[in-house]
Amino acid sequence: MSHHLPVLLVVIPLVAAPFAALVNRPRVSWAIALGSAWWAFLAAFALLRQVMADGPIHYALGDWAAPYGIEYVVDPANAWVLLIVGMIAAVVTPYALLSIEREVPDARIPLFYAAFILCMTGLLGIAITGDVFNVFVFLEISSLSAYALIALGRDRRALTASYQYLIMGSVGATFIVIGIGLLYVMTGTLNMADLAQILPELEPNRTIPVAFTFLTVGITLKLALFPLHLWLPNAYTYAPSVVTAFIASTATKVAVYLLLRFFFTIFGASFSFGEMQLDKVLMPLALVAILTMSIVAIYQDNVKRLLAYSSVAQIGYMVLGISLASALGLTAGILHLFNHALMKGALFMAMGCVMYRVGSVRIERMNGLARAMPWTMAAFVAGGLSIIGVPLTVGFISKWYLIQAALEQGLWPVAVVVLVGSLLAVVYVWKVVEVAYFRDLDADADIQEAPLSMLIATWALVLANFWFGIDASATTGVARRAAEVLLGVGS
Amino acid sequence: MDDRVILRVGAKILIPFILLFALYVQFHGDFGPGGGFQAGVIFAAGFILYALVYGLGTAKRALPPTAVYVCAAAGVLIYAGVGYLTMALGGEFLAYNVLRHDPEHGQELGILLVELGVLVTVFGSMVAIFYAFAGRRKVQT
Repeated sequence: MSHHLPVLLVVIPLVAAPFAALVNRPRVSWAIALGSAWWAFLAAFALLRQVMADGPIHYALGDWAAPYGIEYVVDPANAWVLLIVGMIAAVVTPYALLSIEREVPDARIPLFYAAFILCMTGLLGIAITGDVFNVFVFLEISSLSAYALIALGRDRRALTASYQYLIMGSVGATFIVIGIGLLYVMTGTLNMADLAQILPELEPNRTIPVAFTFLTVGITLKLALFPLHLWLPNAYTYAPSVVTAFIASTATKVAVYLLLRFFFTIFGASFSFGEMQLDKVLMPLALVAILTMSIVAIYQDNVKRLLAYSSVAQIGYMVLGISLASALGLTAGILHLFNHALMKGALFMAMGCVMYRVGSVRIERMNGLARAMPWTMAAFVAGGLSIIGVPLTVGFISKWYLIQAALEQGLWPVAVVVLVGSLLAVVYVWKVVEVAYFRDLDADADIQEAPLSMLIATWALVLANFWFGIDASATTGVARRAAEVLLGVGS
Repeated sequence: MDDRVILRVGAKILIPFILLFALYVQFHGDFGPGGGFQAGVIFAAGFILYALVYGLGTAKRALPPTAVYVCAAAGVLIYAGVGYLTMALGGEFLAYNVLRHDPEHGQELGILLVELGVLVTVFGSMVAIFYAFAGRRKVQT
């Protein structure tokens, strides 16, 4: 059983999805989703512990040995991402029950959960596989189900948002598969470890840099790095609340992981950052993302859209850490994957509670809302503090490492940008807080606190924000090990 | 379409062969080009031709939308079921060797079953997409 754990992590949800569609009872489908989400969480946790203790795990699918067969490889870097996906799914699914009953028509709920499980399966698969073509297959599974999930939003604009994401996402996926194809032409292998071995031995040629470029553009489109983020704000704004919370905390994180895997494990840091000078491209884009997207966020009237732009800015922080290409910078980036999942998950779930009771997340509908929904808005404030990076929250830990990594290389302007980004975050979080806390509740408003199941799930993430902000030894330990694995130092 | 005799008779002659060809592509997949995906598309194409010529209502009587959904989901279950079976028999996920007494027959059976799963899902999805588009009412402008 434990020997099969890597593959079971993926194929148990894979089988759960058709069952969730076939039973055709909303609550039963939900229970199946809940089971597979918690399975993914616990299995990912077990894998992470095993990897941290005993080193990488390899699993050959169909008994075909790598590099000929498809291989699942678990190391600290992807076990970490698996845990993020599993954890967010496990928190979001209990929350989904009531929220989805309110936001999605009854007849579509079983299909919703089937797509939700498939999306999770795809994300887990991208993270766990050691085969680049398999990455593409799982990428399509997660993306196609994500398009369907987003299109289920109550607002009719969800359809155009989903369509926009479909076009952009397909362009990204096409670029990725072209890059993979070029790599295959040059090396004759699709196995990641094998590619990493063969690529440095090749004669200098033009194909590999072209493959590298295609992969970079394709993956940065998927992770919504400025200026390829245009699909993201609409998709996050109009998707059902649960979908926004789940996708915002996982899909872009998995794409960032993919970037790490390709740049560091497959191409190697010396090729990516030495020959291709990737840092010269990524760092300016990351800095521009942090500044401009935070400013754009300030001007939004729809809080979900505000948070979506904030997400693009936060992705800037992750990419910034990666572009420093040092152990400390990578640690900061990888740490922020987890930390941002916690904070954005909490914030979007708080907004889901508002959506449940108020029916809108526009800022003018939130007058005095803290009086009617104290716990929900308190969760929003706590998540907001974390986004800003106040000490004792996970946001502080991420920024602390990021600034250290920047100063280590003498890049003090970068450190300044990180701090300015935090100040801008104060402005957009305060904008909501001011309306919710310092204005009077509309007289005719009859709004109650959100249901308990939704509050508990939201607060679980809020408390995690503080827990891992106060005692960051576990998270930083794993992030550092993951960075070492990616840079090829230690094991 | 009642008056288009040539079309109706032509389709009637063609459809059985299209379906048969789909099965040929499926079972010949382990020797030559083809396999579950292509077979599923061809099988669905045969069925969609039937729906185009004889009308959506007739097609839906022959194959209700529910059955199509069940097909789309069942294929995945067949595929993963083979994987679980190989694990239960002591191999890795999808290690067909353990399915039969010797590896060669095991591989043959395993790939056939997995491709059957692919066929069923692809057929179901293609027809579901067709039903979804064909069933749309004209938008009032």
